[in-house]
Amino acid sequence: MSPWRWMALAVTAVPALLLGASSPAWSQRDGGPQIEIKAHGYGTPQLTVPPGTTVTWINHDDDPHTVTSTENVFRSPGIDTDETYSYTFTKPGIYDYFCTLHPLMTGKVVVRSGS
Amino acid sequence: MSDERGVDRRGFLQCMAWTGTGLLWSVAGGVLSSRAIGVGTAEAQTAPASFHFAQISDTHIGFKGAANPDAMGTFEAAIARIKALDPKPAFLIHTGDITHGQKAGAFDVASEALKGTGIDRAFYVPGEHDVFADGGTEYLNRFAAGRPGRGWQSFDYGGVHFVGLVNVLTYKAGGLGSLGAEQLEWLERDVAGLASSTPVVVFAHVPLWTVYPQWGWVTDDATQALAYLKRFGSVTVLNGHIHQIMQKVEGNVTFHTARSTAFPQPAPGAAPAPGPLKVPVEELRGMLGVREVTYAPGKDRLAVVDASLA
Repeated sequence: MSPWRWMALAVTAVPALLLGASSPAWSQRDGGPQIEIKAHGYGTPQLTVPPGTTVTWINHDDDPHTVTSTENVFRSPGIDTDETYSYTFTKPGIYDYFCTLHPLMTGKVVVRSGS
Repeated sequence: MSDERGVDRRGFLQCMAWTGTGLLWSVAGGVLSSRAIGVGTAEAQTAPASFHFAQISDTHIGFKGAANPDAMGTFEAAIARIKALDPKPAFLIHTGDITHGQKAGAFDVASEALKGTGIDRAFYVPGEHDVFADGGTEYLNRFAAGRPGRGWQSFDYGGVHFVGLVNVLTYKAGGLGSLGAEQLEWLERDVAGLASSTPVVVFAHVPLWTVYPQWGWVTDDATQALAYLKRFGSVTVLNGHIHQIMQKVEGNVTFHTARSTAFPQPAPGAAPAPGPLKVPVEELRGMLGVREVTYAPGKDRLAVVDASLA
C-alpha cells in the first residue's frame, strides 16, 4: 500500500479523533493501523480500511480484553496489559466486534475497496 | 437482636462497606443487619449454629497487574483465613472469576489450592473471566459435568435451599450479564415445590440487582428470577464481580456483594472505567477478603461475616 493511501485513511480518521478521547484513536504500526484499548473502550470505535489491511489492537488497560467478531469471523484470545492482537481483513464488509469480558465495549471495522 | 438496632447497624454498614472494614451480618426474619467485626468474630463462632459455610470470590488466578503484585499470596492468605474458621465450614462457595485470563492450568491451581481450606465440598459458579475465551467449555467440563443445563445448580443443606445461577454465558455485543430463558424456566421449576418458609440462598457472579449498569454491574433479567423468589420469607443473594462489599434490602431479599482475594475495584462511577484499583500497599489487604455465613434453624437467623485479609 502506498503512503498516500495511508494518508487518506488518516484523514478519514480525523472526525473520530475529534469525537473521541484525548489520545490518538489509532496510529500506524508495522504498516497497518493500530487501535488502542483504554478505559474499557476501543480507541477507534469505527475504522474504515481497504481489503488486505492488517489491524492491530493494543491493550493499555490493567484488565484483559478481547476483540471478538459478532459473526465469529475472528476471535482474539484474552489480550492482557500491553499485549496486542492483529487480524488481516481480506474481504470487503462490515465487521462488528466486542469484548467478551466487557460486552459494553463494541467496535466496527468497515472494509471497503478504494477506502 | 432488635429490629431497631438492626436498622442502625445497616446504616453503619453502608458507611463501613466502602472502607474495607470487616463486618458481621445477621438475619432475623429475613432482614439483615451488621456490625464491625474484630474481636467480635469470636461471638459469631460461638453462636448456636447448626452449620456455616464460606464464600470466596474473584480469586483471579493469574492476575499480575500493578494493583496486586502478589495475588497468589493474598489468595493463600484467604485460604488460611478460611482454614482457621472453627468449626470447619460445611462447604465452600466460589462466586466466580476463579481465573483472570483463563490460562492453561489456572483452574487446577485454584481448585488444588482451595483444598488447603480443609473443606471437602466446593460449589462454583463462573465469572466472565472463566468463560470468555472458549464460551465456557473448559469451565462446564470441569465444574458442571453430568449436570443438566449450563452450570446452574441447586441443593439443600440443613433446611436451606441453595441455588447457584450462571449469568455470564450469554454475553452479547452491547449487552449485559443475563440468566437466559432456559435457566429462568429451570429456576421457576426448581423452587416451585418449596414451602415459602424455606430459607433460600442464591449465589451468582454478577450482582442480581442494579449496582451500576454503566459498568455492566447488573443482570438484565434478574427481575424475573427474583419474581420466582418473592414469596419466600428469607432470601439471601451472594454475588461477586465488583470486588467490594455492597448491600441492598428489597422486601425479604437481601443482596450482598463480596470482596475479591486479588484486587479491589473502584466504587461505582468513581473512575473512568471499572478494573483493578491500585491503592497504597498498606491498604490493599484491608480491601480484600472472604466471607463466612452461618445459619441457625429455629432462630431463623443467619450471620454473615465479611473478614478482610488485613
